[in-house]
Amino acid sequence: MLKLKNVAVSLALCGAVAAHAEPVKVGVALDISGPFATIGAETRDGLNLAVERLGSKLGGQPAEFIQQDFAGNPEQANQLVNRFLQRDKIDFFTGPVASNSALAVGPALFAAKVPFLSSNPGPSLFAGKQCSPYFFGVSYQNDTYDEAAGKVANEKGFKNMVLIAPNYPAGKDHIGGFKRLYKGTVKEEIYTKVGQIDYAAEIAQIRAAKPDAVFAFLPAAMGINFIKQYVGSGLKDIPLISPGFTADQDVIEAVGEPTLGMLNTAHWAHDLKVPANVEFVEAFRKKYNGRYPTVYAAQAYDVVMAMDAAVREVGGKVDNREAVIAALKKANFKSVRGEFKYGPNNFPVQNYYLRVVDKDASGKLTNKLVGTVMEKHQDAYVGDCKQ
Amino acid sequence: MDSIFVFEQLLNGLGFGLMLFLLAAGLTLVFGIMDTMNLAHGSLYMAGAYIAARVHEAGGSFVGAVLVAVVATVLVAFVLELLIVRRLYARDHLAQVIATFGVILIADDAVKAIWGPSPVMATTPAALAGPVQLLPELPYPAYRLVLLAVGLLVAIGLYVLVNHTRVGMLVRAGASNRKMAEFMGVRVGRVFSFVFALGAALAALAGALMGPISAVQIGMGEAILIPALVVIVIGGIGSVRGAFVAALLVGLVDTAGRAFLPPLLRSVLPPALAADLGPALAGIAMYVLMAAVLILKPAGLFPARA
Repeated sequence: MLKLKNVAVSLALCGAVAAHAEPVKVGVALDISGPFATIGAETRDGLNLAVERLGSKLGGQPAEFIQQDFAGNPEQANQLVNRFLQRDKIDFFTGPVASNSALAVGPALFAAKVPFLSSNPGPSLFAGKQCSPYFFGVSYQNDTYDEAAGKVANEKGFKNMVLIAPNYPAGKDHIGGFKRLYKGTVKEEIYTKVGQIDYAAEIAQIRAAKPDAVFAFLPAAMGINFIKQYVGSGLKDIPLISPGFTADQDVIEAVGEPTLGMLNTAHWAHDLKVPANVEFVEAFRKKYNGRYPTVYAAQAYDVVMAMDAAVREVGGKVDNREAVIAALKKANFKSVRGEFKYGPNNFPVQNYYLRVVDKDASGKLTNKLVGTVMEKHQDAYVGDCKQ
Repeated sequence: MDSIFVFEQLLNGLGFGLMLFLLAAGLTLVFGIMDTMNLAHGSLYMAGAYIAARVHEAGGSFVGAVLVAVVATVLVAFVLELLIVRRLYARDHLAQVIATFGVILIADDAVKAIWGPSPVMATTPAALAGPVQLLPELPYPAYRLVLLAVGLLVAIGLYVLVNHTRVGMLVRAGASNRKMAEFMGVRVGRVFSFVFALGAALAALAGALMGPISAVQIGMGEAILIPALVVIVIGGIGSVRGAFVAALLVGLVDTAGRAFLPPLLRSVLPPALAADLGPALAGIAMYVLMAAVLILKPAGLFPARA
């Protein structure tokens, strides 16, 4: 009889364990191929480091990270998210690099009440008119880097500037963000073809305009092409200012020496003296052959840590979505950027820093932290968010 | 807008045109003579750029790196021709496009497997890194002057090869009437292999030389293939002379569109409209040129098959 009772108890225990063993599922849509492949690889590396450091657990619960490539294609991202929702029944979502993909997958996730923690894009729509309690801009709002750059330009006393960006909606958004806080004169606003290779014509225009400085938002290959040709044309004496992505480690590695002295703004720097960050950068460089992390890797790392804290707070009961988003909203984790809080639109109220490309102790080119540009800054769209 | 600015933009246009010519010359030879649409031409361009960048970084000599890139790419092209392209000569264009598009996908993944997904560093040789004072008011990048010179040399070299050598005669014969050339005893297979290797060498040269002023990354070949296709369509498919003239035209029209159109529009239209219209029009200038040429001369400026 006693034996039977023991069996019953152990069966009951088994049942309880089985119920808990259902892992927390995270859908990760990655840009491993396609136009943002370099950034996608950084996102994956930052995310994998965090997963490794947490022992593949979130809040002490076993977790499964379902990673899939969607080639930077919003349509494919949509299909992937549908599969994540219907077949895998995910509890969290993260991953895409670009705003167009984030905008494409947002509505389905919000309808299914699955929290979307952004590891990079912060489209103005999600910060304003279409804000959702299920979207967390763990990274930044798109224009805030440019606002910081505009403020830097004021502080440096640049009275006349030329602004250059690709001719597509994000290009105009970034230029708009820069102009929001810049007080000097915009001599020329140049919009170039998406994917442009040759910038000689624009560089001649810049030389003719004789500005005090140039603001350039040219992501990925466009930035690499432009910076190489700009410096080759002898315009090195006209300072270049850019949002952090145009002068992050991936661009520095591809361009080399010509990036030296580029001013750029970001909400994070690898030499930011925050304990969590020192730990992160050291672990990252150890795992990935001494490579410095980019802001994308740092953001992906933060996203996993944010999930970890939220799952711990709700005691693993991720089915209670109201409790999960309330826990996420507290941002109660050791972020690599230091302490921050979310505004009413779930976008961070945080510091923005100025960085400059310089050489480290071993002569390697990398960004160095210069100082704080804006403290506890909130994006410009929060007023449009009614929630 | 003074005369020096106009002169500088003219030079920029010529430079961009000659870069396109290096790529278009190989493409037009292969398409015109072998009647084979080789989309993988852009992949050969990418191979040239990657190999030159890595060898330059490891070995230090830029000229040596360019030579290694050309030789290595020709070897790759030789294998490609042997394994795949040779089987496509008799097929229709659709089969060729599909097969060579497949080669692009494989090439992109192969490059990713060897050198990783990130763009690699391709530095300008130190002696050419800065500008030279061309005129008192005009510093001009030394490296771009070298590109101009190489582009012109290649154009002259191809002119001599195609018009004044025996090989060139066979090539022209094949381009204007392949069947007749075969009847006259030309070993078309050999001419084809030679032309394919020559095209690959030109693509590799273009890639190696473009590396220091552009991003050496996966997909770089596809991005430049589109203007190169515009060039060979305008020039008349198969004609090297046509490719040369068309490349310079496209280079000049594209540069002029970007440099002069936006300020011109701003002086006649309201600023908001001009700001939207200017870059859009400049972006399509080369396609408008292509449409105009095709309306007047449907076979291009200098059709190889008269």
